[in-house]
Amino acid sequence: MEALPKRAAAAFDVYRVREDFPVLHRMVRGKPLVYLDNGATSQKPRSVIDTITRYYSLENANVHRGVHYLSAQATDAYEASREKLRRFINAGAAHEIIFVRGGTEAINLVAQSYARTFLKEGDEIVVSAMEHHSNIVPWQMVCAQVGARLRVIPINHDGELVLEEFERLLNERTKLVAVTHVSNALGSVVPVKEVVRLAHARGAPVLVDGAQAVPHLKVDVREIGCDFYAFSGHKMFGPTGIGVLYGRAELLEAMPPYQGGGDMISLVTFEKTHYNVLPYKFEAGTPHIAGGIGLGAAVDYLEALDWTAVEAHERELLRYATEALSSVPGLRIIGTAREKAGVVSFVFDDIHAHDVGTILDQEGVAVRAGHHCAMPVMQRFGVPATTRASFAFYNTREEVDSLVRGLHRVLKVFG
Amino acid sequence: MSDLDELYQEVILDHNKSPRNFRPMTNANRKSEGYNPLCGDHVTVYLQLVDGVIADISFQGSGCAISKASASMMTAALKGKTEKEAEELFHSVHRMLTGQSTGEEAAVGKLRILAGVAKFPTRVKCATLAWHTANAALKGAKEPVTTE
Repeated sequence: MEALPKRAAAAFDVYRVREDFPVLHRMVRGKPLVYLDNGATSQKPRSVIDTITRYYSLENANVHRGVHYLSAQATDAYEASREKLRRFINAGAAHEIIFVRGGTEAINLVAQSYARTFLKEGDEIVVSAMEHHSNIVPWQMVCAQVGARLRVIPINHDGELVLEEFERLLNERTKLVAVTHVSNALGSVVPVKEVVRLAHARGAPVLVDGAQAVPHLKVDVREIGCDFYAFSGHKMFGPTGIGVLYGRAELLEAMPPYQGGGDMISLVTFEKTHYNVLPYKFEAGTPHIAGGIGLGAAVDYLEALDWTAVEAHERELLRYATEALSSVPGLRIIGTAREKAGVVSFVFDDIHAHDVGTILDQEGVAVRAGHHCAMPVMQRFGVPATTRASFAFYNTREEVDSLVRGLHRVLKVFG
Repeated sequence: MSDLDELYQEVILDHNKSPRNFRPMTNANRKSEGYNPLCGDHVTVYLQLVDGVIADISFQGSGCAISKASASMMTAALKGKTEKEAEELFHSVHRMLTGQSTGEEAAVGKLRILAGVAKFPTRVKCATLAWHTANAALKGAKEPVTTE
């Protein structure tokens, strides 16, 4: 197949794939749903929904503590999911996969466990100007706690990271670098491998926020070389309330627990608590078992797809959408990086994104309108908000056409 | 009239395009800021209170057509009102925008044109932001207002 990439791309049958997603067939406001808000959360394939239903219907039990059949079964399924996620991002070992509530919690874990322990006054944490709040605020919090300082890598007007500026920011005080893999507001793909190379040359570990990358790109954490990789389940066609922190075992071993109780303990007396081994050291309390198992089902679903074809379909969809939207009078696209994934953010000079969003909604078209929890990005481009159409592999050209039709209605209303 | 047409009526679009009293006020003796943290909209409302009467009112900021029109119409409606009248109007408008209005058409007058917002729950905050901010300015609040 590799010799015939074009044929592989043509083999991706988006209409077949759409059959796997029940919600894509419903009507909203009397129109067929056009779901272009995948950056906020993605839809779920039936296999994920069925896995969760089956777990609660037939298998529900707590993990790691029962001596009975169901508990053993639930434990096996939950741990099998961990192994699936290890394979999905090509981590070295399953115990480097920590289940958390989502990408935000994964970042907070690193901030409060790693940074709070190992950073001190005068140290610097480097983030980029295209981060969303989840990859800014936890660092600001820990900076205030330990007296460290946050530094920001600028982006250019296309929404690309300026690597030379990044190099200039790096120095002996840099103790952590945290960058997104794909920008949620602009769609820019950050050259994370290069970021890691530059940071490591200065001895600084790197956290990559992969929440917007895992639904679009094949991610290989060992190839990237990052020390931490954070992502949510719900943006990669899995359940909400579950996410993953990948961490290199060496760093995770050195880090203290983030929360206390439940499985993170091996021995407790009132004098001293012995912490459990990885990954349980970071998984206090009863975990989101159904979520973990459901996320494993999402990985199974994604791995059954032909990713060469998926990526080709998404690339073509993005190209088509960019071109179609550029033809809408008065519309300006924000974020024109050479490397982009699945997002078109745009503004009109005289029409606010919320008004655009409301009118599109009347046409059954779901987009995000606002600052996308990335207010500094909006400031960088001097806009209060954007309308964002974010795609998944199940979106079609016809849906892009519906979006464009909706935008013409916006223009009509605002004359 | 469809819900959408009702939301974006000519009058509203006109206020959006050319908002009334859209300017800073140097001699304001009351001023408040309002934010909608969910969408990043912000508004500043300036008031000049003379003997308990709103002698002048203006606003500035950025937001959608609904928030701008609501703020613009608000300034027109509040000018010349006493503090007490302004507060009563604030409550009437608030009830109307949140769909709880019962027979207050007379109280809100021309502002009835904003009633369509009640059918768009996701947009109610856009329409109420300026009103909450003006109310805070009247009460002399120090902290910025947020819609959350």
